[in-house]
Amino acid sequence: MMKTILMGSAALAAMTGGALAQDTIEVTLGVLNDRSGVYADLSGEGSVVAARMAVEDFNAEEKGLDVEILSADHQNKPDIGANIARQWYDQEGVDAILDVPTSSVALAVAEISSQMGGILIDSGAGTTELTRGQCQPTTIHWTYDTAALATGTGKAITEAGGDKWFFLTADYAFGHSLEDETSKVVQENGGEVVGTVRHPFPATDFSSFLLQAQGSGANVIGLANAGGDTVNAIKQASEFGITQGGQSLAALLMFVTDVHALGTDVAQGLQLTEAFYWDQNDGTREWSERFEERHGAKPTMVHAGVYSGTMQYLRAVEAVGSTDALEVAAKMKEMPFDDPLFGKGYVRGDGRVIHDMYLFEVKSPDQTQGEWDLYDQKAVISGEEAFLPMIEECDFTKTAG
Amino acid sequence: MFELLGIPPQVLLGQLLLGLINGSFYAVLSLGLAVIFGLLNIINFSHGAQYMMGAFVAWMLLAYLGIGYWWALIASPLIVGATGLLLERFALSRLYKLDHLYGLLLTFGVALIIQGLFRNYYGISGQPYQIPDLLSGGQNLGFMYLPNYRAWVVVASVIACLGTWFMIEKTRLGAYLRAATENPVLVGAFGINVPRMIMLTYAFGVALAGFAGVLAAPIYSVNPNMGADLIIVVFAVVVIGGMGSILGAIVTGYGLGLIEGLTRVFYPEGSAVVIFVIMAIVLMIKPEGLFGRAN
Repeated sequence: MMKTILMGSAALAAMTGGALAQDTIEVTLGVLNDRSGVYADLSGEGSVVAARMAVEDFNAEEKGLDVEILSADHQNKPDIGANIARQWYDQEGVDAILDVPTSSVALAVAEISSQMGGILIDSGAGTTELTRGQCQPTTIHWTYDTAALATGTGKAITEAGGDKWFFLTADYAFGHSLEDETSKVVQENGGEVVGTVRHPFPATDFSSFLLQAQGSGANVIGLANAGGDTVNAIKQASEFGITQGGQSLAALLMFVTDVHALGTDVAQGLQLTEAFYWDQNDGTREWSERFEERHGAKPTMVHAGVYSGTMQYLRAVEAVGSTDALEVAAKMKEMPFDDPLFGKGYVRGDGRVIHDMYLFEVKSPDQTQGEWDLYDQKAVISGEEAFLPMIEECDFTKTAG
Repeated sequence: MFELLGIPPQVLLGQLLLGLINGSFYAVLSLGLAVIFGLLNIINFSHGAQYMMGAFVAWMLLAYLGIGYWWALIASPLIVGATGLLLERFALSRLYKLDHLYGLLLTFGVALIIQGLFRNYYGISGQPYQIPDLLSGGQNLGFMYLPNYRAWVVVASVIACLGTWFMIEKTRLGAYLRAATENPVLVGAFGINVPRMIMLTYAFGVALAGFAGVLAAPIYSVNPNMGADLIIVVFAVVVIGGMGSILGAIVTGYGLGLIEGLTRVFYPEGSAVVIFVIMAIVLMIKPEGLFGRAN
């Protein structure tokens, strides 16, 4: 008797549970990034905040999506990142992984996502390989890539008369590819590369490399590095009177948090390319203010990319009615977006997100009106111009049929 | 004019000078390590974190209290030294009976905690700190532009190194210290408070790290990881010089700075490993280090 009652209630529970499951779609998002190392400020906890804001702003609950967000630290190591991704897909039921800065980790996670039925919506990594040589049907590359940075900064500076370049390059895959892409752009625009020095990664002291650049006869010193390396190089360039001597610096990858760390008296006049800046229009300002209230600092373009990418993902899940990776990825590519942070844009067949990029110049100390008032916008680079054209084999809208 | 492997002598001179400047940091940091190891037998793995604290305290003094560089140069080492005092008194002093390894583990753990705390509160990107007005600008030496601040770094580090060496090797206080490490019981029997002396010595070594941190603040990025990047190199310097040898730490600090500077001209890609290659060679030929005494 007791047994039948128990079984009956279990069946009832199963039935109601089943009925509920039809109404709500459970979505689990994993924010995988650097939470303790060099990229922790530009991605890190801020990306989790951005993803959460996207879920709230989307009104996920009202729309029948039950969204959970996980986060983990990949420590910028591909093996650690790959393990977490596998475990997330395997045991935690994660549907999409977000952010993933550090190109080598991103490439590993892209492959695992494709194999294990997940989606990678990358915001933090720079390599163009994500949508070219190692493209996957379930990779979406949201915010920027090395080619867009090279086009933005390289072209603008060469056209403005900075035609003799000397590169200070971080001696690893990212630095080399940034240098290559930028060299191409410089040469296409009539400039020349007069020298290169490859510095160890990470490095603290740049004085000897800067001295070599100083004596090279170049009028532009291109910094093909990132994070603390770029900050240190710029700090020391100002100390050694590089800019006073008529040479200008071009930071090829720099985030607003780096400029903030340097301060405007050292960073003033630097030109750099970003996909987003908090103080561009009412939409970016409103969102950034809400972000700052929660996170205590202004957002970087990586944070903004996580927000927009999550939005687009949730829209696609709602439209498809499931979290099937291939279907959702295809849907994301079908629907152009117009959001307050990136404006109008679309996800191309290879997963490359096409949106405008911007050339900024760092303000001088007497121009700024506050801690985060750092950039003047110099130019808008259209998405089609900024990003490389798609290669045929990576157009998954065709091959997926 | 002669050229060496296609490098004009002006460039070479410039790079040698820069090497000397970097060597100044190595010397001050490895000196602190050597003092602590030589007199206390502790491998102080939190030295890098203490160097970072030196830079951060200088920044905090400026940001929160408006205290500038020159006062920070005195106050920051004192504050960082005081934290060393507490660390020795409440943790390290309990480990003297045990193997070296325990001190190493403790200080390593402390370093991770300190770095984690700073990262949590101040983020990873770092804080801006300007060169003091008095030392901004530079001199054109003909072969290179030497920023005044870098020249000051060399002067300040030479003074700190010579002062420390003199105090330990040539004064009565230094003699007590050395005696206390040789035979603490006997020295204690003469009425000298040995534990307190050891505590102050550790604090002094830590203060040296803090001093190097203040020197570094205006030219390197002030961020929670700045010491972690440097400490491994500095340990290599200490090993090459001979663990615990004060003079060895100073001489190899400057010497390796010069060698690293030269590598940056001839083969920049190798500049990160050259010190470790030298360390490996020295360990093979003279395991006790260049200035170390074999036991």
